[in-house]
Amino acid sequence: MRADLLADPVDGVDEVLVAVAGVDQALAAGLLRPQPAQVAGLAVLADAVAGSPLGARVAEAAEKAAAGAAGEEHFVSLAVARIALLGSVHDALMVRVGQATGRAPGDSSGSVAGGGQAENLVLAARSWLADLARAGWQGIDHDLVSGAEPVISALLPEPRLRRLAALLDGFAAELAASCPGSALERIPSRRWGDLWSRAMLLTLPGATEVPVGTVTGRLLPLGVDLHEHATAAQAQVHAVFEPADGGTPRLVRASVSAPKPDTIIGAGIWQLLRPHLSLLAAVSEGRSMELADMPITGEGDLLWRDEHARLGEPADPFATARVVLPAASALPTAPLDRHPARIAVPVFLEGYFAEQAGEALTFSLAGQPVVVDTDRVPAAGPLTPEAVATSNACIGLVRWDAGVFRVQPLAVETTVRKKVVALHAGAWAGGAVDKAGVKAEKAATDAATVLRERAGRLLRK
Amino acid sequence: MSDWESASAARVLPPARPRKLSKVPFVELADGRLQGVVSSGSDIERVYVSSVAAGSYDFACSTNNNRPCGGARGAFCNHILALVTEAVLQYGVERVARYLRVDAAGMDAQAIYSIMMGARPSQADSAAAAQVFSRFLRHLAYVELPATTAPLPELQWFPPTRVVV
Ligand SMILES: [Zn+2]
Repeated sequence: MRADLLADPVDGVDEVLVAVAGVDQALAAGLLRPQPAQVAGLAVLADAVAGSPLGARVAEAAEKAAAGAAGEEHFVSLAVARIALLGSVHDALMVRVGQATGRAPGDSSGSVAGGGQAENLVLAARSWLADLARAGWQGIDHDLVSGAEPVISALLPEPRLRRLAALLDGFAAELAASCPGSALERIPSRRWGDLWSRAMLLTLPGATEVPVGTVTGRLLPLGVDLHEHATAAQAQVHAVFEPADGGTPRLVRASVSAPKPDTIIGAGIWQLLRPHLSLLAAVSEGRSMELADMPITGEGDLLWRDEHARLGEPADPFATARVVLPAASALPTAPLDRHPARIAVPVFLEGYFAEQAGEALTFSLAGQPVVVDTDRVPAAGPLTPEAVATSNACIGLVRWDAGVFRVQPLAVETTVRKKVVALHAGAWAGGAVDKAGVKAEKAATDAATVLRERAGRLLRK
Repeated sequence: MSDWESASAARVLPPARPRKLSKVPFVELADGRLQGVVSSGSDIERVYVSSVAAGSYDFACSTNNNRPCGGARGAFCNHILALVTEAVLQYGVERVARYLRVDAAGMDAQAIYSIMMGARPSQADSAAAAQVFSRFLRHLAYVELPATTAPLPELQWFPPTRVVV
């Protein structure tokens, strides 16, 4: 990998982010009675998309919002404009990642069907999001934030509305803990702008529809990436897929997610997800899987069904990373998923010099440091920041946030008593066998048992 | 803008910490109260719904069948002590003290409990109990929600935290 290319600034990104900051500033103060600074911010946003097909709609929305007269459709337009801008940032960053890794990014052409009638539940979410934009982050209070609760409770049981539900649930919890907004000393404005605009987008009918095909061949896992907020968790297995017909290997992902009580954490999350994705057991055992007619989206997400997969031969992720990964091609990101936060590109690094300076860890490749993000490594696993800091080889994900490319380790090779040892972030995903893992599993089982017992006894009364 | 303000994956909430759930299956800092549910030691069907208000420390404790707690006549009962203890395990002493507006930073659950008790708080009516209990049921309902293998790209914004195992 060319680490120097990750360190160089990417042209045009800063200018676009200024326009994003314009709308974020407007959202911080709220759009009930916009002040001149917010009106200016909205104008910068409208200018930035003026030449695009969105131009006229966004100009109108910015004008209405500036007058404190924006309706829901205008807030949707502002959200879409913000997402389009970050989509262009995503594309520019992916070109750079492609240059650094030597893997061309897939074309992100393609369109979203969209259209149709939004259901009432989704409209209720949109209405809450509009109220939120009017109040602004500085204007949130418990009454406003708790208004999302009945909507979220109604959305969650519907798997097809899960994207919106999981997002709103995590977002509302952060807002609730930040009330009253008037007392906030600092505001995560990029983040909340992201979450608000994505939620708005997901209220559009057809926004989550994706083209689906099927694949047959061999799946070689690289590692597991975990995501969690207080009441949801997702494990994503990054893998290389080798088609049975001998075509080019492809980078794919398999995901499993579930809502959870906030007291299910650590090893309890693996226990929660494990029964729904047989691939997690294969990962823990270091095995490949054979897929037959497994559904897959156009952007490389396997829509996992256990009956289309069976356990295959042993497959060392480091062998996959060394031998197969360099030849694997990436599929294009779905148009609406183009956002810098969505970038997670598998890479293999070795021959680096790990350097710890205070909290910050870097891998120096040919004299060029790459920032290592050990904070994203789940605690419920054998991979520790200390092991990463003494490693010789690393399977990771290239990510970008707050202006910086970082590598998130999924697994490392380190030398212990002259022997090479591999440590995987997702080693406990399918079941822990080491001493620390078994202890964590036991505690997590006890917690889950109590909650299930209480639910069984009290919920159906 | 600081890095935190311009980060999509900025951390806003500290992660919950692990604790045993058998005695206090549910505790939260919400609605201006420390509130939760304490399992009865003697009757498996019974739970106590307890709460302490931030600032005033006004307290309430009753069963899920709306019977008043015998221990909470005029003063904190053991259920409230259990609630404070478990809240400190789950959220950390600083966060609990700040939320309740108790000047007990760096102290422990017993200190928070004693300071609140020392303020001679009054007993609130049990109006909040129904609401707390329904929030507990909503919390329990998460155990039974279905998993999905369709990807949730939005969870990219929610990285795990290294604090707990
Ligand atoms: Zn009591």
